[in-house]
Amino acid sequence: MTSKVDRLNSGGGGQSLLGIRWLLAGVGAVLISAAVSVASGPVSIPLGQVARELLDHLPLLEVDSSLSAADRAIIWDLRAPRVVLGLLVGALLAGSGAAYQGVFRNPLADPYLLGIAAGAGLGATIAIVAELRDVLGLVDPVPLVAFAGALVAVAAAGTLSVRRGQIGSPTTLILAGVAVANFFTAIQTFVQQQNSETLQQIFAWILGRLSTAGWTEVQLLIPYAAVSVVGLVLAIGPLDVLAVGDEEASTLGLRPRAARRAVLVVASLGAAAAVAVSGLIGFVGLVVPHAVRLVVGTSHRRVIPLSLLFGAAFLTLADVVSRTVQAPAELPIGVITAFIGAPFFLVILRRQVGS
Amino acid sequence: MSNTAGAISVAWSGVSVDLGGRTVLDSINLEVAAGSWTTIVGPNGAGKSTLLRTLAGTVAHSGTVRVGPANTSEPSGRNRARLLAMVPQHPVIPTGMQVFDYALLGRSPHQGLRFSASTKDRRSTEAVLDRLNLTPFSNRAVDSLSGGERQRVVVARALVQETPVLVLDEPMSFLDLRHQLEVLELVAELRAERDLTVIGSLHDLSVVGQFADRIAILDAGRLVADGHPAETLTSKLIARHWGVDARTEVDSEGAVTVTVRRRRPA
Repeated sequence: MTSKVDRLNSGGGGQSLLGIRWLLAGVGAVLISAAVSVASGPVSIPLGQVARELLDHLPLLEVDSSLSAADRAIIWDLRAPRVVLGLLVGALLAGSGAAYQGVFRNPLADPYLLGIAAGAGLGATIAIVAELRDVLGLVDPVPLVAFAGALVAVAAAGTLSVRRGQIGSPTTLILAGVAVANFFTAIQTFVQQQNSETLQQIFAWILGRLSTAGWTEVQLLIPYAAVSVVGLVLAIGPLDVLAVGDEEASTLGLRPRAARRAVLVVASLGAAAAVAVSGLIGFVGLVVPHAVRLVVGTSHRRVIPLSLLFGAAFLTLADVVSRTVQAPAELPIGVITAFIGAPFFLVILRRQVGS
Repeated sequence: MSNTAGAISVAWSGVSVDLGGRTVLDSINLEVAAGSWTTIVGPNGAGKSTLLRTLAGTVAHSGTVRVGPANTSEPSGRNRARLLAMVPQHPVIPTGMQVFDYALLGRSPHQGLRFSASTKDRRSTEAVLDRLNLTPFSNRAVDSLSGGERQRVVVARALVQETPVLVLDEPMSFLDLRHQLEVLELVAELRAERDLTVIGSLHDLSVVGQFADRIAILDAGRLVADGHPAETLTSKLIARHWGVDARTEVDSEGAVTVTVRRRRPA
């Protein structure tokens, strides 16, 4: 097997070189997808001008984009918030997906399939229905309650599939996740039927969306995203060690249970915050880390950062498709990711069955 | 690359293990001298792996396990992982993990909370891979290698830990004769190079007496004999604890070869 990857990283410093190249590719993918997304929409603004306008906003750069004030407003008040939201949500879903897969040593783990999204959804629904926003005042409690729901879901799915410290088969965990997701969705449906005045708000949310009203959602998400991303990056070392199983991990000086719990908390925080602002968007956490592993191998030193970057780019491009494929109507973004992700899931599942 | 701290000793005092009401180890007292190679032998189910796992701290036990000079308490977590590296009997090989990344895991007890490997981490990993002739495999997936190569990769991870004590639990289970000898020769060389204390377990008696300088026989959770191979690998003890008829041969350097003979019907 002398693939391109092998040649790229043969020799002494090759390992880190490969990482740096892919890191740059990831940053490039984020920038390009962001520019494409800002440029596309009912009012067409040429990509070149978008790029110049974006560059102009970088510090120390003066670039004249020759855009009208109206176009500028479209870019900065309508499209940019949505793009930034898409980047953050994509990064969080893919990053937490990679972490869940590492913690459970299960390539099928995904925030959506594990029931984590449904748990967060139930939490968010309760928060919306109970109008917790008015109770707490300044801080929006929806992500926090969603986080609590996500933790309950991941704990339930994890507990159901682990017996006497032995992690069950990959399919056991997914089945447990499906059961948990259905149970939580049932409660959620009940709660929302009791409160029909919020029905539309909740339905829009279930299908997954990236629509924004200015920068509010982005500001809401940023603190949670920052904590989760830092946590995921710090989890890289423990995740690699956990890959050899609990007993060997402890001979390497790690406390596997504590480490696993810590990683689950930061991953669930990120996934829950993403779900709280954008609804249930499935399969991003499955497709992106898997594709990354196929290219750069399974070490989390590469999988985590690249999943964050390519997850951001992937969801942003999926959003472009959702806005353009049926323009002027908008397809829910969860439909696009499921359309790509579900067949992908089946391919991975087939391989699992085969091995 | 050599261990500057020098060799250290290991001792079990009154160590017992109960698993689900069954006594797996019964008050074991055994001291392993610094820089020696001690191999624990015994029939199936004697408790060899469990005894080694008490060293790794992965099984609950009574009594004390000491790693290092007398009067030091049992180390925990990270400190233990800096003193003692394990080559497990059935290592979990992560799907698709590359040889370099796998060996690099050995650095984890030396790393703080960090997200990338330091230059020192990479250097010492590369040096070990080079020493074990694994450099050409550096970017191959561990699970794509043959049994012998894979075993060397697991040994590499343990060496990257740079511990004064190396523990090998049945390191040759799935290897053919030639590769079994290769692994043992490699451990012998590394022990001399790095002044290691080696503790192993083996169920195959034929070559064990040529490598270890001390043999401990475990039977049904009890330590029944302990000493130089020539004193412990005797026809009498082998017949008593394994129930087989064996011939032993001691060469001029004290190495023992054991040949097991088929019992023919009278």
